[in-house]
Order: sequence, then C-alpha cells, then structure tokens
Amino acid sequence: MTKQGVQTYSTVVIGGSAGGREALIELLAQLPENFPAAIAVVLHLHPHSDAADMARTLQKHSRLPLQEAAEKERLRPGQVYLAPANYHLLLESDGRFALTIDAKVNYSRPSIDVLFETAAEAIQKKLIGVLLSGASSDGAEGLMRIKALGGYTLVQDPATASSSMMPGAAISRGGIDQILPPAEIGRSLLQLVGGKN
Amino acid sequence: MIDPAIETLEIDLLQKAIADRYGYDFSNYSPASFKRRVVAYVKKSGHTRISDLIPPLLHDRNLFRSFLYAVSVTVTEMFRDPQVYKILREKVIPVLKTYPSIKVWHAGCATGEEAYSSAILFAEEGLADRVQIYATDINEESLHIASEGIYPIEKIKEYTQNYQQSGGRGSFSDYYHARYEAVIMNQDLRKRLTFSSHNLVSDGSFGAMHLIFCRNVLIYFDETLQNRALNLFSQSLVPKGFLCLGTKESLLFSTVKDRFRIIAEREKCFQLK
Repeated sequence: MTKQGVQTYSTVVIGGSAGGREALIELLAQLPENFPAAIAVVLHLHPHSDAADMARTLQKHSRLPLQEAAEKERLRPGQVYLAPANYHLLLESDGRFALTIDAKVNYSRPSIDVLFETAAEAIQKKLIGVLLSGASSDGAEGLMRIKALGGYTLVQDPATASSSMMPGAAISRGGIDQILPPAEIGRSLLQLVGGKN
Repeated sequence: MIDPAIETLEIDLLQKAIADRYGYDFSNYSPASFKRRVVAYVKKSGHTRISDLIPPLLHDRNLFRSFLYAVSVTVTEMFRDPQVYKILREKVIPVLKTYPSIKVWHAGCATGEEAYSSAILFAEEGLADRVQIYATDINEESLHIASEGIYPIEKIKEYTQNYQQSGGRGSFSDYYHARYEAVIMNQDLRKRLTFSSHNLVSDGSFGAMHLIFCRNVLIYFDETLQNRALNLFSQSLVPKGFLCLGTKESLLFSTVKDRFRIIAEREKCFQLK
C-alpha cells in the first residue's frame, strides 16, 4: 500500500444499517463540493421506501449532490448515489451501475456485501470502502474483498455507533485500515482522495 | 487469491461452451450479476473455479438444466409494486375494455407470480372471458412451477398486503386454496394462462399483444440486448398497445423511446404510439 494521499482513489462505497443514516449525515457534512471521487451508498431501507425521497432528505446535510442510483448510469466524481430500496446495487467494471432483484444477501436487499464485492472487483486499488453503524453482519465480507484487491478500508468506531454489531463484525475479521468516528471518516476520505478543503 | 481478470476470462469461456453446446447465449447479460450467480453455483456444487464447471456442463444435459435454473432470475412476487397494478386499473384497463379480446404477454415471467396477479386483475375487471395471458421464460424449471400454480404459504401474508395496496376488490384468499405448507391458485385463473418457453436473446416476436409486462428482466441485460428486447416488444404490440417495465427500468436511453408515450412515469407504463 502506498502512503496516504499518494494513491489516487476514484470511488468510495459506503454501507450502513440501523444508525447508519445519522452517521452518513455526519460523514457527508465533512465533504466539500469539489470532492473528487464518486460515492455509492447502501443503506438498509424498508422495501417500499423511496431512495429518491431519502436523497432529498439527506441533501440538506450535504454539499455534494445526492441522487438515487439508476441502472446503467455511469458514476461521476463528486456525486453521491443511493441504492434504490428492494434492489441490489452493483458496480460493473465499465464504471456503471447495475441493479438486480436477486435473492436477499445477509437478509438484505440492497446488500452492502453485493455493492462492496462488485465494486472491489471493478475498481480494485482505486476503491475505498466505509462501513457504518448497523445491527447486521452485512458488509464485513465485502470489506475483506476490498482489502484483498488492494483497496482501502474504514470502519466506524463501534463506540460511536448506535448499533455496534456491523462495525464490530468487520473489525473482528481484521484487515481494517482505520477505525474512526463518522466525522473523522469524512476528513480521512478527503485526505485519501486528495481533495482540498 | 482469485484474480478478477482471470475470472472474467473463465466466464467468457463458460459462456462460449454453453452457447455452442446448448444454444443459450448469455454474453449480453450484465456481467457483474451474471458472475455472482455463477460463482454462487460454483460454491454450491462443490467446485473451486468457474472453469471447473465447463467439462461437467458440456457432458451432462441434466446438470445444465440445474445450472440454467440457478443462473436465471427466479425472484418475483404477486402484485410486486402494488402501485403499478393501481395504474393498470385506472389507466390501462379502461382502454383494454374496448377490445373484444385481449392478449397479454408476461415476458420473463420466472415462476409466474405476476402472471397470476394480472389474471386476478382481469377477473376483477370483468374481463376474465376475454383475456388470454401468455407467460414465457427461458427456464423450464420455473415454467413448470408457474404452470402448477403452487406457492409456499409463508409468502401469502406479503402477497395479501400487496394485493390490498394494489386496489384489489375482493379478498385475496378467494384466489387460492391452502393445503399444508402450500397454496394452489384457482383453476379458473390457471385456465386463462399459457406458459411456454421463449428466449428474449434469440426468439422472435409474439403476435398482436395488447399489453406486455417485462418487469425486472431488462436490468439483467446489457444495452444491446435491452434494445433487442424492446424492439421485439414494439413489434409484438398492437398499435396503442401497452408496455409495463420494472420500476427502475427505463425506455429513455433506448432506440425505441420515440415509439412510445409515457402513461405513468414512476410505474414505468408506456403506450405504443
């Protein structure tokens, strides 16, 4: 692994479940509008909820534009994409999103592992994975895959998470680069992708 | 550590083997999800590498059938996206009522849940005797389940909620009989349905349809195959016929977008001009 800030990261994937939304708000608040990487987020939502509504709500807390991810859409730097409810969100190696209605993974659709694992294979060394609060073990496997393929991994400090199970599950697997509170994850991302604050 | 570049090569070789041996071409499926389903099948069948599948699949047709079931999409539900059925009741059925007979095609019907949902919808709108519903899939196993019309009882609670939210006019329990751990759909619904094999990759159009459902199938295809399927649908519809896609699917970037007008944006209901 190269020194922090030397390697260029193009994409950030973030996963969260219970308490993840609040942590995401704190994290996004740290990012300036010229943040030079694309951000794809899976939050566990009720199957009938609307990620576009969620994007509008979160927009009040973020300088970066938020939107629901659409199938075949190409990721753009400085844009935050939310996985639609009741679909898995995947990343293709041509830098575009794909959606599926495949069976739930870790009792979840969207599943964090599905995004993380496909992103790890598509983006490899230019990927950063972030796992936030949640009462699930979704995301732990995906973070391992990100690490194994040369990406960088960050996990919310379980002491700061309203549900520590998800960060805890990832940390117990090992291979996490940094364990931090959400706001510091935001600042760390900024350093890693080389954006100016 | 498995190298993703080598796995991509293995997927290419596997697809070529299957296409040459069995005539199923998966090369225009979305790569990431196809690979995930193949890798899950590799693990389940006790192999280590994707390319380990090639020799047994080439030599064993029964194994290929189980592979086909595993890699095709079989997840569906009754009255999935209830709002879509509401729109159909309000905006599409009133037009279809003007036809003496109505033909409906569910393309990529998987195990048939949505085909039964539309049979219920047409029955409640008093069109049971005028409608014929064709439901197709590439997967024989799924079609078998669909034609039996037998579903696990634990799904019924969710389906009943969906049915109610879709504007259902009766009681969902009127449409099935519960037996032990399963329900069987009513005979009079099943006689409106014809299940048959059809491959959107290679097969031709289906004549003079008034309404085509193809929901959450196109998301599994690349743009080339999406356009092929959408062209097939526009050729298979009568003028002013309706097309209903999955709620996260779009015509907007396709080669057929100018041939359709939007009936309901969020519900992805379109009408051929």
